[in-house]
Amino acid sequence: MPRYARNLLVAFLLLAVLYALDYFVFDPGRRMISPYVARIVMLAGINITLAVSLNLINGFTGQFSIGHAGFMAVGAYSSAYFSVTRGASIAASLGDGLIGWLVALLIATLIGAIVAGAAGFLVGVPSLRLKGDYLAIVTLGFGQIIVVLLNNIEAIGGARGYSGIPIVKSFFWIFLVAILTIVVVHNIVQSGFGRALVSIREDELASEAMGVNTTRYKVMAFVISSALAGAGGVLLAHFDGYLNPKSFEFIKSFEILIMIILGGLGSIIGSIIGAIVLTVLPEALRGFAEYRMVIYSVLLIVLMITRPQGLLGSLDPFKGWRARRRVKTRTEAEEITAEDTRDKDSVDKATLGERANETSLGEGDKRR
Amino acid sequence: MTPDAGVTGANATPPVGAATGIVEPILKTDKCTIRFGGLVAVNELDMAVLPGEIYGLIGPNGAGKTTIFNLLTGVYSPTSGTIEFERKRVDGLRPYEIAALGVSRTFQNIRLFPSMTVLENVMTACHIHTRQTLADAVLRTPRYERDEREHEEFCLELLEIFDLARFRDEGGTSLPYGNQRRLEIVRALATRPRLLLLDEPAAGMNPSEQDDLLNLIRQIRDRFGLTILLVEHNMKVVMGVCERIQVVDYGKSIALGLPDEIRNDPKVIEAYLGD
Repeated sequence: MPRYARNLLVAFLLLAVLYALDYFVFDPGRRMISPYVARIVMLAGINITLAVSLNLINGFTGQFSIGHAGFMAVGAYSSAYFSVTRGASIAASLGDGLIGWLVALLIATLIGAIVAGAAGFLVGVPSLRLKGDYLAIVTLGFGQIIVVLLNNIEAIGGARGYSGIPIVKSFFWIFLVAILTIVVVHNIVQSGFGRALVSIREDELASEAMGVNTTRYKVMAFVISSALAGAGGVLLAHFDGYLNPKSFEFIKSFEILIMIILGGLGSIIGSIIGAIVLTVLPEALRGFAEYRMVIYSVLLIVLMITRPQGLLGSLDPFKGWRARRRVKTRTEAEEITAEDTRDKDSVDKATLGERANETSLGEGDKRR
Repeated sequence: MTPDAGVTGANATPPVGAATGIVEPILKTDKCTIRFGGLVAVNELDMAVLPGEIYGLIGPNGAGKTTIFNLLTGVYSPTSGTIEFERKRVDGLRPYEIAALGVSRTFQNIRLFPSMTVLENVMTACHIHTRQTLADAVLRTPRYERDEREHEEFCLELLEIFDLARFRDEGGTSLPYGNQRRLEIVRALATRPRLLLLDEPAAGMNPSEQDDLLNLIRQIRDRFGLTILLVEHNMKVVMGVCERIQVVDYGKSIALGLPDEIRNDPKVIEAYLGD
């Protein structure tokens, strides 16, 4: 079966599984799980979207963005505004059934993602032309500005919050967006595009010398990351049907940042785990709510001391799978290396140059 | 514009004769100058590298050799003067634009991508020749698959030539020092350049590694039909491999000629040994 067909099949299976879970487990009418658990699972799904999208720019491209909540807010509010003003009429024009609302929700999600992506473009272009930490400062400022704006625009509720947004508490929808985010980020990272991004993180000068237009790639990664954050915001806006500027303050950006640092910058699976842990943890710590931030901080400090690369470092399980497929060539290589080590002792003039080639400079220095 | 206008410039010695002649230089600088504040790091440098030659740029420490490299590859823009590659002005272009035109380089202190494998390091340099778009990558279209496969095959062939293919899945920076240098050259070659700039390739190498390097540089030139510009202050390497040598000191060109002429040039001896 060609790979493309297989990928399509996997996608359909996944959709079926998601739908089945939604239908049999998460349908409130069936009382399979408590609404409380369902809520936490869905919030975890939203957080996965946010963490994985942030990891694209912070983890893989190495550009430090700390205003993710700002882009999320842009996506949330723009889509909410659309849903409140146009959602019902679009759904009605398509018969006001499930299809109608799905189309309306799809359009809302696209609007949220596009508007957030556009905001990312405006923030990214000036700040990503520079090397260094300017992005952190600019995104920090952006996050603050967005909150101030939201507090003062009466059309979207101002400081009172924005209510009356159509509620879509759908496991299927939330995890569809989360999985799409994971797939998009994974496919980007595991491609020529992703290699360019990682090369920027590792050595911007060398990356540019090898022909990578670093500014363009940084901006593209940032725009994609912002757009996906916007999509996460859309989910949140329609989750409770109510938005408040307070929920997009710096602390939210910080939370998402902790998720990816906890899981490991540069690991998608790490971000997913980080998002789940940091969604469940506050619930588990509900008894000591006032100490939550203290516990967070201690947790992070301990992590930085014992495992600075995050729980999973830069692990990519799929990468391991690809490497195992090539296991044959690898074993051959190891055999060759083993042989090389064996005859290291025999002073064979012909191989002397080769040997010297493989002696690292560090070793040489030590001997002297 | 005469072809050898560069080499007969104010700072250079007369042309070498047979080596210059009618061929158009592949790389040419004209009164190229860069100032950092009050310091003139490169002063009215004229240079003309001919297609297919191995050209050495030497000078004592701090003479401005690496700065010249950074000018040629677009890391810096010259304060005044021009740089032409294949008769096209390249001064003021960004490094990636110059790389796309066919100039590739290595670095004095090796700059591999630490978290990438050997193969990934080289594949990153295929970037200029990539045909996959972002949408292809996200949707994993057949075009993406084909593009990746082509790059992988191309890079493996290159690695094979340098006897590095067996390390394809090792971390690039976990290789021994000599192999890291070679890997960096492979990576530079993967951009498919017509001009290869090597910044002190012999730095940190012992004499036997240096001999290997000399052979390697000649092989690369012959096999890939490249022009090679070499910055080096190791005299043995320079004399052993370069066909023409230009000497710079305090950002100025003080001599240009064949290795034997340079060896006996009193100005060069003075620059290296002091008064």
